[in-house]
Amino acid sequence: MIRSVPRSRWFDRLYLLYLVAFFLYLALPLLVTAVFAFNDAPFPSLPWKGFTLDWYLADGSAGRTGLFHDDGLLSALWVSVQVAFWVTLVSVSLGCLNAVLFERLEFRGKELLYLVMLLPLVIPGVILGVSILVFYSGMANTVSMRWQLELDLFRPGLPLVVMGQVAFITTLSTLVIAARLRKFDRQLEEAALNLGATPVVAWFTVTLPWLRPAIAGAAAMAFLMSFENFNTTVMLTGSDTPLTVALFNRLREGSTPVLNAVALLLMVGSAALAVLATGRSSKTA
Amino acid sequence: MGKDSDLCCDQLIRRFDHMTAVDQVSLDVPAGTFFSILGPSGCGKTTLLRLLAGFDRPDSGDIFIRGQRMNDVAPNRRPVNMVFQHLALFPTMTVGENIAYGLRRQKVPAAERRKRIAEVLEQVGLPGMSDRNPQQLSGGQRQRVALARCLVLRPTLLLLDEPLGALDLKLREQMKVELKHLQKSFGTTFVYITHDQSEAMVMSDQVAVMRNGRFDQVAPPEELYRHPATPFVAGFVGDNNRLSGEVTRVSGDTVELTLAGGAQVSGLAVSPGLTPGQQADLFIRPEALQLQPTVTGERLSRLTAGVVTTLFDGANSRVELEVAGQTLFARLPQDGSWTSLAGGHPIQLSWAPALARVFAGATP
Amino acid sequence: MRASANRLALWLLMAPFLLWILLLVLLPHLDMLRVSFQVRESWDSLAWGLTQYQNFFEESYYWRTFVRTGVMSLFTTALTLLIAFPIAWYIARLASGRAKGLLFLACLVPFWASELVRTYGWMILLRESGLFSTTLQALGLVDGPVEMLYNDVAVIIGLVYNGLLFMLVPLVTTLDGLDENLVEAGYDLGGGHWTVLREVVIPWAMPGIVSGCIVVFMLTLGSYLTPILMGGKDSAWFTEQIFTQFITRFNWEQGAALGVLLLLLSSLIVWAGLRVTGQSLRKVMG
Repeated sequence: MIRSVPRSRWFDRLYLLYLVAFFLYLALPLLVTAVFAFNDAPFPSLPWKGFTLDWYLADGSAGRTGLFHDDGLLSALWVSVQVAFWVTLVSVSLGCLNAVLFERLEFRGKELLYLVMLLPLVIPGVILGVSILVFYSGMANTVSMRWQLELDLFRPGLPLVVMGQVAFITTLSTLVIAARLRKFDRQLEEAALNLGATPVVAWFTVTLPWLRPAIAGAAAMAFLMSFENFNTTVMLTGSDTPLTVALFNRLREGSTPVLNAVALLLMVGSAALAVLATGRSSKTA
Repeated sequence: MGKDSDLCCDQLIRRFDHMTAVDQVSLDVPAGTFFSILGPSGCGKTTLLRLLAGFDRPDSGDIFIRGQRMNDVAPNRRPVNMVFQHLALFPTMTVGENIAYGLRRQKVPAAERRKRIAEVLEQVGLPGMSDRNPQQLSGGQRQRVALARCLVLRPTLLLLDEPLGALDLKLREQMKVELKHLQKSFGTTFVYITHDQSEAMVMSDQVAVMRNGRFDQVAPPEELYRHPATPFVAGFVGDNNRLSGEVTRVSGDTVELTLAGGAQVSGLAVSPGLTPGQQADLFIRPEALQLQPTVTGERLSRLTAGVVTTLFDGANSRVELEVAGQTLFARLPQDGSWTSLAGGHPIQLSWAPALARVFAGATP
Repeated sequence: MRASANRLALWLLMAPFLLWILLLVLLPHLDMLRVSFQVRESWDSLAWGLTQYQNFFEESYYWRTFVRTGVMSLFTTALTLLIAFPIAWYIARLASGRAKGLLFLACLVPFWASELVRTYGWMILLRESGLFSTTLQALGLVDGPVEMLYNDVAVIIGLVYNGLLFMLVPLVTTLDGLDENLVEAGYDLGGGHWTVLREVVIPWAMPGIVSGCIVVFMLTLGSYLTPILMGGKDSAWFTEQIFTQFITRFNWEQGAALGVLLLLLSSLIVWAGLRVTGQSLRKVMG
């Protein structure tokens, strides 16, 4: 089973075959999606009619509207970017504070609170969305009924989407940052104090640089998770739909290669972000 | 407390929940001294060092550095620097940035900073290493960077927390000598804590032996070795043999013990007021035991022991002996004449009573 | 003075944590629980009652979907574990150096695309006009177009695909930490492949296995896109019903009750899984 233990030849071949099959299974859907973004046909299916960039560039004059001229998709993309920005900002800030809280301070009930902190990981995303919808929209309804005050902030819409995503992404960013902080040698902070730094200066000159790769990693992860989230988002979205919800609505109307074009763009974009984050963190780790 | 002492502690006490880690410790370290605190792990030496550095506060007692009371001074404002056990070099900075860290905090201008960094790197034998990462250095080099990072600030007092513990044996031997030379050339007062008695002996001007939060003895290394004040010091500093028995005769400062098997041995009384009938321990160094019975008329203490086995270790070869259920080690002479002692063979040992030390035996 | 400074620091750090966990997690869920016990009598009056839960048990469509979702999620989780384990073993123990990193990266790549993109890819492959159908026709193996989408097998293919990464990462991480000497000792003391796997490798990998299974189960149980886009007319998923109650029928009380039931089911199964394997949530997740 391990390299030092001999295996029979047919077992090795079977294993290799399995590996190949597995990676084929992994790659096939994405390859197909990417390839059909360039097929010169109105539907993303065989036969191959030749290469075209229409699904990105066409301006609608010839009956085709490419992604870069599709206002609906472009504005959804922009909405997603805004949501992801706020979610990243809030959840990474909270993640830093939580990491310090759980790794550095001692207080009564810490174990219990840590478990509570993990809870969002075991709550299905749909339920998170639903509960936030019930709580805040319900509150807005009650307030509106009793006092004729309109709390539009709490109606389905982008603020609610951000809140719903922050609810669970914060747990993930906390775990990433806390894991790094746990590996921090506290003697380094004492050394800084010993060399004349005040506690605040020590935090900014020694501890924070140490956490930076984890913070960058958590930010990249938060951005991707937010950008790709559907389950929580779909429950909370209002008139401005983020990209995944917009794509879903398009998909239900029927698929066109424009969807492939968006999908490819998403894959390339998120892969680039992921590579950037992992590359940076592995360099400084 | 002398005016010229760099560090003076008076009746320091630090208690934790279940124990007193530092118990009424007083010490006085004159300027330019290499002062070691030697003790087994858990004896409170690290706590004491942290009190000096300011990472912890004493429950009572005072700390003075050059006559200034330090109790309420924050760690970053004390004229004290520390080389940490695991060195604590900042992994996110280069060697130069590590050394510059303290200078920046003191707002030393960049030009002077560069000059002093180059200077101190030269002094510790790492010229031109300023742009390296600490991770790229060898264990001994990292050690020197940690020292340079402190010494560049010209502290009154340098604290060292077992910094050699992580090095392998050969390098440790080399660094011992080097640390001693560095201390002499910088002239800084060092307070060094260790559990390794050889480190303390080789480097120090003064050694304090610490046990259960208290100092057992504070003395120069040689005095510690030749005239241990307590049974703990006798057993902890250097190799020693202990023979337990009952006091049968006291004449002047010489005491005679009778061992369980009936043999009689004698040594110098250290504990006051030893009286016949009392249990006592006699400590005798392996190198003080003579294997050839000396014929001359000196009054020697004699003992017959059975050989268990010989332990060859070059210049430090010993023979393991057994007498009345107690184990003894004796140094074998360097000439190789005794290498083949047969097991079970009886052998006659002798020593000058003035070299053996007798303590009242509270410990069974 | 120091003690009060510490208290201040504690409260400054505790406040954002409490705000987040109370306002975004605990209170909304308690409120959902409250709403699920409210029965609407008229447009502006409510009473406490169990009507929604009665509906759930009386309406066979609800609880059948509920059971179906649970069983299929468990099945998907087990299948994902079976598929992922040999791959994780290969990456962690057999591949060396560069190959190891590259293979792991290859596993990560699909998950940088969103669930929607992955599902869409499968739709292109499996549907009537899709790649598989066309290929089979071109090869002359079938006469007409074959519909491979819109059935339970398709749903499970998609769900396993979505869960794989979350199974692979914890497995590779724990298996990577396995000391090969343990395995060698297992063989040396007379164990065969199967014995070593059962007695040495699996107990070692247990935290990873449990952690992977919990995450995959949660994701599957709560997934919405894959069952709805790849499933057929009669392969409903429970999240779909919650969605319908909230968004289409605007019956929040019923939707909340269904949400509470789904949460109960997931908590129960996660709790049972931890109990059976003797792991703790902190150990496998934190």
